[in-house]
Amino acid sequence: MTRRLVITGLGATTPIGGDVKTLWTNALAGTPGAKTLEHDWVEKYELPVTFAAEVTIEPSEVLARPELRRMDRSTQLGMVAARQAWDDAGLSRPGDEGYDLDPERVAVSFATGIGGVWTLLDSWDTLRERGPRRVMPMTVPMLMPNGAAGAISLDLGAQGGARTAVSACASGVEALDVALEMLRKGDADVVLAGGTEAAIHPLPMAAFSSLQALSKRNDDPAAASRPYDRDRDGFVMGEGAGALVVETEEHAKARGATIYAELAGSAITSDAHHITAPDPEALGASRALRRALESAGAQLSEVTHINAHATSTPVGDKPEYAALKSVFGDHLENVCISATKSQTGHLLGAAGAVESVLTVKALHERRAPVTINLDHQDPEMPLDVVTGSPRELGDQQQVALCNSFGFGGHNAVAAFRTY
Amino acid sequence: MADKNEILAGLAEIVNEETGLEVEEVQSEKSFTEDLDIDSISMMTIVVNAEEKFDVKIPDEEVKNLTTVGDAVDFIANAQG
Repeated sequence: MTRRLVITGLGATTPIGGDVKTLWTNALAGTPGAKTLEHDWVEKYELPVTFAAEVTIEPSEVLARPELRRMDRSTQLGMVAARQAWDDAGLSRPGDEGYDLDPERVAVSFATGIGGVWTLLDSWDTLRERGPRRVMPMTVPMLMPNGAAGAISLDLGAQGGARTAVSACASGVEALDVALEMLRKGDADVVLAGGTEAAIHPLPMAAFSSLQALSKRNDDPAAASRPYDRDRDGFVMGEGAGALVVETEEHAKARGATIYAELAGSAITSDAHHITAPDPEALGASRALRRALESAGAQLSEVTHINAHATSTPVGDKPEYAALKSVFGDHLENVCISATKSQTGHLLGAAGAVESVLTVKALHERRAPVTINLDHQDPEMPLDVVTGSPRELGDQQQVALCNSFGFGGHNAVAAFRTY
Repeated sequence: MADKNEILAGLAEIVNEETGLEVEEVQSEKSFTEDLDIDSISMMTIVVNAEEKFDVKIPDEEVKNLTTVGDAVDFIANAQG
């Protein structure tokens, strides 16, 4: 028998809010998170793109100093979101009064796209400038991509496995697929799932610029991320983390947890087409959509809302539209689309996690968040995009999807159902 | 050159920076591992920071002999000669 899985806790630290409440309020209002960067390295390296979407609450305002020293920024952000989600779910840690979880049945699935890029490059500078003796002993555990998953498993006392999906910008949703697999296999009862990224560093900024992937709208950062708009010219670098507590319905009910939504299904496919460019026919993305619906046991007619990948690059948005059209056909007219990267920027490996948090909130609150900067919708993508004010989703049982696609040809789709 | 009280105070600052322990807790008779709960990774960071602060060399093989804060203060004082 398939175990039914539910979402019972949410956490996030993002460019439009350092917690889920603020994120959600701002996402409904339409809040641009991108700003001109004030770091001296922007000028020092003459970066062609001078803005990005940084988190609104620095992790140093939340975490204790000894913790900060042992974590890369990406792990710091992940830890902040993970603790929020865990507390939101009303779950405790070993050593807490009344701790009643079986730690061997608690697991972590925490993703990243790049991992500890700040630690890696700072340590390289230290080695060259000050010699090997000054290279921190914590360098490797801080830079490794599984650093966040490991640190979070320690924090929560999770002994049921700590896994790290690494699939570029699809990582955040793939983390949910991993969680679903662990729970459906019966390897755990509760999984803290999510993703994190902290790559607003001169090297990734320069590299994404070289790839012509970033918006160059330096004179107007707030208007730079404009998915589906005729004048979109690239994505906006963002940072942050999102986290979701996924647990079996049985486990959640037994402890009287608040249930936000059902994690009904998910799917992963790969294009095998090109290392960075999406397949223009979007066959892989289409398959991911179909298989996620199948995994959720969902009819097309149940789907009311999609949080799209929609990064605002000239070449990326169209294949996602092609995939949606091929899967949904005429029903696509009845599906409202939110492109929340217009507000948050592109959080790379955290994008799918934060957008899943938003998708779950949309189902729970029955309102879809807005897309900003859509001044002239590209006529080649005639989608029903939510703009201006949030869209009411209605009281019926319904399904919403969260799409994430990544360099390497990764396609990931998660399907949530109202509960 | 620093006297032992100055070395202790400087070391306490380094320990505070690495672990968050209050400087008042870092006393001569305290054991790094037993009393202050400092693990081997933090110890290496403390040693390297102490080398820089007091301009001395503390060889890796010597670190295991630095059981208490006082042991470290004595070693640094002797090394400064």
